[in-house]
Amino acid sequence: MKKLINSPENLVVEALHGMEAAHGDLVKAHFEPNYLVRADGPVKNKVALLSGGGSGHEPMHGGFVGKGMLDAACPGAVFTSPTPDQMYEAGKAANGGKGVLLLVKNYTGDVMNFELASDLLKADGIDVESVIIDDDVAVKDSTWTAGRRGVGTTVLAEKICGGAAEAGLSLKEVANLCRKVNAQGRSMGLALTSCTVPHVGKPTFELPEGEIEMGVGIHGEPGRTRMKLKSADELTAMLMEPIISDIPYKSGDEVLLFVNGLGGTPLLELYVIYRKAAEIAKAHGLKVVRNLVGSYITSLEMAGTSITMLKLDHDMKKYWDAPVKTPALRWGL
Amino acid sequence: MTELDSKSVIAWLRLLGEVYGQKKDYLTDLDAAIGDADHGANMARGFAAVATKLDALEGKDIGTIFKTAAMTLLSTVGGASGPLYGSFFLQAASVANNKNALTAAEVGAALDAGIKAVVSRGKAQAGDKTMLDALLPALAAYQEAVVGGLVPGLQKAVEAAKAGSAATKPLIAKKGRASYLGERSAGHLDPGAESSTFLLDALLTTASQ
Repeated sequence: MKKLINSPENLVVEALHGMEAAHGDLVKAHFEPNYLVRADGPVKNKVALLSGGGSGHEPMHGGFVGKGMLDAACPGAVFTSPTPDQMYEAGKAANGGKGVLLLVKNYTGDVMNFELASDLLKADGIDVESVIIDDDVAVKDSTWTAGRRGVGTTVLAEKICGGAAEAGLSLKEVANLCRKVNAQGRSMGLALTSCTVPHVGKPTFELPEGEIEMGVGIHGEPGRTRMKLKSADELTAMLMEPIISDIPYKSGDEVLLFVNGLGGTPLLELYVIYRKAAEIAKAHGLKVVRNLVGSYITSLEMAGTSITMLKLDHDMKKYWDAPVKTPALRWGL
Repeated sequence: MTELDSKSVIAWLRLLGEVYGQKKDYLTDLDAAIGDADHGANMARGFAAVATKLDALEGKDIGTIFKTAAMTLLSTVGGASGPLYGSFFLQAASVANNKNALTAAEVGAALDAGIKAVVSRGKAQAGDKTMLDALLPALAAYQEAVVGGLVPGLQKAVEAAKAGSAATKPLIAKKGRASYLGERSAGHLDPGAESSTFLLDALLTTASQ
């Protein structure tokens, strides 16, 4: 294992110190329990957005704390859900009196820990809503599994709901918008390489040279199939087809197309993917009216990509375009 | 030993700190095969944190000891294991409040309360390839054998847990991250069933001394 770390045990805390050192105008770090909050928070009379998850997916979630997006983020150990005490303290610190929305990715541990945190916050008289993001079409959605994983749509939901909260919507309204974004967003990813969790020291899975994992999860969970590497255009089509066929799109629907890097894939390749993905969307009669290209929800140093498509409506477009100022996303300001 | 006193409970938790430290790589390897390779590190971190609280718990009642262990696990383990093992000790505490020793029957009641909490938090059933595949048969075996005393009850419980855990190998996971694998989860032991078996095995070791 070759990594730029001092020790696996101190990695998350040292990175939080670094976030604060680099972006102290935007975020404030709190330790024991660990969380990031907006430097200018809590924002009075605004719904507070709180998310969190295992570390190793940067910039998600800490990089999305700031005006127009999240009010607080709780990082767990690498690939491990944060704990209820973190979420509880972060929720109290971020609450501006209009309640707290918990954005939870659908992983068993995250869901259980956020449930406990929600109980703790409610016991303090704070209004809480929770929305579970489960957009990964690689996973069969059935009562026989933990359900679809939460992946790329999380980033879009955090931005859109952040814009809505900033515009003064109520907790119920922001939560319902978030549920709609989740219902209309679909993702799928593929890995060219595995990744190494620092405290484990060896790759999470073995992927022979020349093979890829189609449908991989953001913690290196195996996907639908393992197959031979193909051209970027062929692989893009293999990601796009399950996404497009999962939602009843009409010709003329407006969409946001998000091509994401998993950590070890250069932007140069992501644009090759985007070019083909946009072409495929167009061939299906879809209008790509917004987009995002870059590494925003990653899996440590894994090489690979995920594609997310979100069917947009007027409100989603408005809140997507709204100003945002966070370490990782900034526009309109 | 006919009763589990508070000294033994502390000794059990201290032993768990050592056991999960030793089994860290083993549990992580099992988890890497069907999960996300963090179970060993999470359990080791959580029970090491519990161990640091034990000196201050000398002389306290078992309910307080279990509750402290529960809150420590909730705040240090993360993943699904934190809420599951945390809930286990939290509900076990409710049976042990203000008690400085548990009879064999009360140990059964504490196990029953703890395991019910795991069921309600995790919403899993027997055969889902989870920690319950070790814990549920262990509880049934304990209740059946407990007339013979604490140690014989725990011996039967550990045997049943080991058998239950071994039997997770061919199962297809229906809960947790392993469920994403579908049929590919078959052929691997469930890490949670193994870590639950270690929990009971350490209790047996402590009670046998």
